[in-house]
Amino acid sequence: MTFRDWRRRALSALMIGLSVAAVLAALIPVALILFFVVAKGIGALNWAFFTNMPAPVGEVGGGMANAILGSLTMVGLGALLAVPLGIVSGIYLSEFHGTRFASLVRFSADTLNGVPSIVIGVFVYAIFVLPVKHFSALAGGAALGVMMLPVITRTTEELLRLVPMALREGAYALGATRSKAMYTVVLPAALPGILTGVILALARTAGETAPLLFTSLNNQFWSTSLNKPMASLTVQVYTYATSPSEDWHRQAWAGALVLVMIVLVCSLAARFATRRLERMHTGH
Amino acid sequence: MKFRLTTGAIASVIVFIVAGIAWILWDQAALAIHKFGWQFWQTSVWDPVSGEFGARPFIWGTLYSAVLAILISTPIAIGIAVFLSDWCPARLRAPLVFVTELLAAIPSIVYGLWGIFVLVPAVREFQVSLPDWIRAMPLFSGPPVGVSMLSAALVLAIMIIPYTSSIAREVLKSVPPTQREAAYALGATRWEATRVALHYARTGIFGAVMLGFGRALGETMAVTMVIGNNPQVKWSLFAPQYTMAAVIANEFSEAADELHLDALVEIGLVLFAITLIVNVASRMLLWQMNRERKPKTRATAPAEEAA
Repeated sequence: MTFRDWRRRALSALMIGLSVAAVLAALIPVALILFFVVAKGIGALNWAFFTNMPAPVGEVGGGMANAILGSLTMVGLGALLAVPLGIVSGIYLSEFHGTRFASLVRFSADTLNGVPSIVIGVFVYAIFVLPVKHFSALAGGAALGVMMLPVITRTTEELLRLVPMALREGAYALGATRSKAMYTVVLPAALPGILTGVILALARTAGETAPLLFTSLNNQFWSTSLNKPMASLTVQVYTYATSPSEDWHRQAWAGALVLVMIVLVCSLAARFATRRLERMHTGH
Repeated sequence: MKFRLTTGAIASVIVFIVAGIAWILWDQAALAIHKFGWQFWQTSVWDPVSGEFGARPFIWGTLYSAVLAILISTPIAIGIAVFLSDWCPARLRAPLVFVTELLAAIPSIVYGLWGIFVLVPAVREFQVSLPDWIRAMPLFSGPPVGVSMLSAALVLAIMIIPYTSSIAREVLKSVPPTQREAAYALGATRWEATRVALHYARTGIFGAVMLGFGRALGETMAVTMVIGNNPQVKWSLFAPQYTMAAVIANEFSEAADELHLDALVEIGLVLFAITLIVNVASRMLLWQMNRERKPKTRATAPAEEAA
């Protein structure tokens, strides 16, 4: 082996080594973040965290019951808005994907996906908060809905396009119209995948803070009114994290642990669900 | 036809939302735009109480932190993409993809919390441990407070790695196998074959980096919590600074008078415009990459037949 060959092989080994180092450089932060969230959050996470109201300033203890309810309510509101709109838009994109209007819709969805969440907050503020002069859970839900919409649309489109053409053709051969074929054959075939995508989108949106800061604001009290400010897990974690109180810091870590668990469980569930779906499609 | 019209009408909602964001922000910011003009982006004093609004420190902080973040994250993200597409043992691939994508799923607020209580103290200690002659340099000057441009850039870098690496991986996967095979046939080492693929995919990889850049520009919570929120234009990595997204997050719900609110909306409008341009540029690069591919594969087809 000549010196030149030796040098080329050494360079190749070096580059492979560097790429492994890059993977480690990304794994270390994941491990560090998960470690600290679990280590610091687990101590403060107890039954009271889920059932009690926030303690008044200076008192130890209390929980985030109202914030958890608030997050669930507003994610639910957002889903009510974004799931039907997103799925139907996805249907349009997959059925008429070559048309010029479909390109415009697809471009808008990708653009909306890239709009910073804080800007969406400003937009929803101008529409829902400014005219009525007060913050509301409704505005928060709308902001979360706008965040979910492009993700659900694009996921639906992609999954519908994976459904084999033969299925559609079978339906057409039996005399089904385009919409009949879509709603009775194609959509049901893709539905498990679409639902997985929807759950992932909801889990991610549950972790959003910026769009809620000045739409639903925050609320120290138990409130189920959609027309009033509403607490959320994320805004509460933010408020507690930036406060000087040690006990509130502990609660913030517990809140972060709950948020990470939601995302982690949903991601893992989605991964196993998609695996099973893939196996079903390939017939193993 | 009815099917097409009804689904199309519903799909148009997305188009209206995007147009609505642009129009409403423009409309709301009118007062500030009219009153300050270009002056708004050229002056550095931000004092809502006395009615002075200069937004230069915010645009500086946003661009500086995002540029630093892609400088840190790009080599790591491309390294991950190359490892996962070319060199990774098949068994490891799926779990590694899952873990790197988990980085994208962790909420921004959790990054911020981790940033405040773990990263910021670490940055402070790092700064204290530096020798004096380094701390005298303008890039590293300032008192050791921890909340700083460096903390923000590090958090941002971690947050955008998964976006850049997953797109770069897809781009590398879409390189025709003939490219690498031809390199191997000529006796290339593994790195040399990958280099051929990287060269082939350079447009798309640039697009992937741009996409990460767009994410970094608009990131709000994590940055707000670690950058120090001090409106100043400084090169120092250890100086507390401010970004456009952070000032909106901090001051929007407390803006008392209309001018203050409109000034914040104008910052939001410009942030929207910048991220829009970066995202569109990124998509055009990725699209360009897909388009370029077709004639080239066709050109190699006769050679395959001959072989």
